[in-house]
Amino acid sequence: MHNLVKEGVPVEDAWQLVREGEGELPAGDLILPLARFLAGERAPQGRTAVWFAPDDDPLAAAADVLALPLLAVDFPAFTDGRGYSIGRLLRERRAFAGELRAVGDVQRDQLHFLHQVGFDSFAIRADLSAADAAGALADFSAGCQTSWRRRQGRGLHV
Amino acid sequence: MYRYDEVDRRVVAERVEQFRGQTQRFLAGQLSEDEFRPLRLMNGLYVQRHAPMLRVAIPYGHLRSGQLRTLADIARRYDRGYAHFTTRQNIQFNWPALETVPDILAELAEVEMHAIQTSGNCVRNTTTDAFAGVAADELADPRPWCEIVRQWSTLHPEFAYLPRKFKIAVSGSAEDRAATWVHDIGLQLRKNDAGETGFRVLVGGGLGRTPIIGEEVCAFLPARHLLTYLDAVLRVYNRFGRRDNKYKARIKILVKALTVEGFAAKVDEEWRHLKDGAGTLADADVAHYASFFVDPAYDTLEPNPADFVRAQAESPAFARWVGRNTRPHKAPGYRSVTLSLKKTGVPPGDISAAQMDAAASWADRFGYGELRVSHEQNLILPDVREADLFELWQLAREAGFATPNIGLLTDIVCCPGGDFCALANAKSIPVAEAIQRRFEDADYLHDLGEIECNISGCINACGHHHIGHIGVLGVDKNGEEWYQITLGGSQGNEASLGKVIGPSFAQERVAEVFGRILDVYVRDRLAGERFIETVRRVGITPFKEAAYA
Repeated sequence: MHNLVKEGVPVEDAWQLVREGEGELPAGDLILPLARFLAGERAPQGRTAVWFAPDDDPLAAAADVLALPLLAVDFPAFTDGRGYSIGRLLRERRAFAGELRAVGDVQRDQLHFLHQVGFDSFAIRADLSAADAAGALADFSAGCQTSWRRRQGRGLHV
Repeated sequence: MYRYDEVDRRVVAERVEQFRGQTQRFLAGQLSEDEFRPLRLMNGLYVQRHAPMLRVAIPYGHLRSGQLRTLADIARRYDRGYAHFTTRQNIQFNWPALETVPDILAELAEVEMHAIQTSGNCVRNTTTDAFAGVAADELADPRPWCEIVRQWSTLHPEFAYLPRKFKIAVSGSAEDRAATWVHDIGLQLRKNDAGETGFRVLVGGGLGRTPIIGEEVCAFLPARHLLTYLDAVLRVYNRFGRRDNKYKARIKILVKALTVEGFAAKVDEEWRHLKDGAGTLADADVAHYASFFVDPAYDTLEPNPADFVRAQAESPAFARWVGRNTRPHKAPGYRSVTLSLKKTGVPPGDISAAQMDAAASWADRFGYGELRVSHEQNLILPDVREADLFELWQLAREAGFATPNIGLLTDIVCCPGGDFCALANAKSIPVAEAIQRRFEDADYLHDLGEIECNISGCINACGHHHIGHIGVLGVDKNGEEWYQITLGGSQGNEASLGKVIGPSFAQERVAEVFGRILDVYVRDRLAGERFIETVRRVGITPFKEAAYA
């Protein structure tokens, strides 16, 4: 993955996303499908993280999942909004404090919303410019409702 | 009326710039048509048969006169001198050029308007009773709550990509004039025994392909919990609503699949964690939003001043207009006036730029500079002195605004249909016109009394045909436009869905079939019985027999 936006800027990325549900795992830091992690698989050499599919349940994640340094959420299509709820639940309900990454069909115009619900790194789709996408984080300087970033909504400081 | 604060202004201005960037990227080929579509829809921009169509939000149907003048100005400079009010209290421009839309939005932002979430799979414009704040039967003013919901829903980061569109309506009066039973969420303001304000929450209603009357998911939600509860409902829908089939993706399908009890249990479990959290409304917040919706300084007036009574006696036409197009007001000596946008020969809901300017000037001169848009696609001056009605009527007549048909058969609710809309199977405007022409005789029309007629050009039901006392649905039969007729639909407290009377009719027969149906009504009605009441009492069979005889 070499098209990552993190802390607002494009950066080199150490993590490798493993899409396959089976097969030999490569060396290095790996982001595994949740099911493979739950089946006991770990990165053979390097750190392990997992990614959630849109129908994976963040509320069922056990302590060992939440203790990982990175959790990713997959957006198979940018119009599939389930991952926003997953991200917010991981942050707000499960108090996950590590890196929360959006992967899949991640484009510029999702970044503001993703950032608001708690994502802090964004694996921009390979054919798009990460530098351009990063600019979207500055699209809005205010908002109208509570979110993970804005703990206090409009209604609370009038 | 609500006025933007610094945050609203920034959000709307930044949204304009964001959309400008999106449009530029599309025009430069950096965004594909498939990628641009959801982005433009979330800003109200469709690509129609002839040109793009821009739908501008009129939050809960409230307009200031200055805003209406800006809409007129936009209609003249960017469009063809007219616009169209929709069945969800919004306004549409049918002919803007794609590349000018960011400029239009920037001009709208200057008068605190936008097109945010007027389409797309997101939370749409919140709608309410067009007579909110002035209705004699109001229990509590829905408008502060509409504004709170507007703010909550505007660019809500978690719910920008829902399975399908999502519509919320709020009602605060004894009679539900906001169609809350046929919305994804219907909020009915209530007071409990302790005098506390809250909401009865309905969920899973809707029209379209699978019309369903909503079900109660919460009997009384204390008002301070409104936003956390909405978050819970939307989160359950966002996570578990179907995304594999767009025709099964509305929340109503999820509610049916889980049963309302099962759905409520999921919402309650979600809400348990959100309740009393950051989204909880403090009394001070509610008071802040309520402060924008205080009554204007009404004069102390005697109802029915002598000149007003005399003018009605002298002019039957004026009396008829007063009887049909004005409504009781909570302040004595005032009425709410409906300017009819249902003149025969003009597509229902269409309004010219000159009419917009005229209505704006009347709002300033006869009222307090405010207007309302009804979901029946008419324009309303909420606060007019009875003493001014005769003068207003004369002006409105000259401007083609005074057809005395509000609530009557020719006050047809109608989508733009196949003349404009790319989704339509059939035209709807010519059918409306044929019905209006057939029932143009004022005495006969008034004798028929209150009849709600709704026409949709396709199954998406923008004309809300399912809740028309008489509904017309355009269907495609081997490439030809045919029309199915339903009877017995109704909005309001006793919301019901119309029943199809039988096989569809060719376009040229629809008005004639209406004649047959109404002959049965005239024959079978009891004294004082409205059309819908007769249909409920005798069922659809006699009408059906006459229609197909």
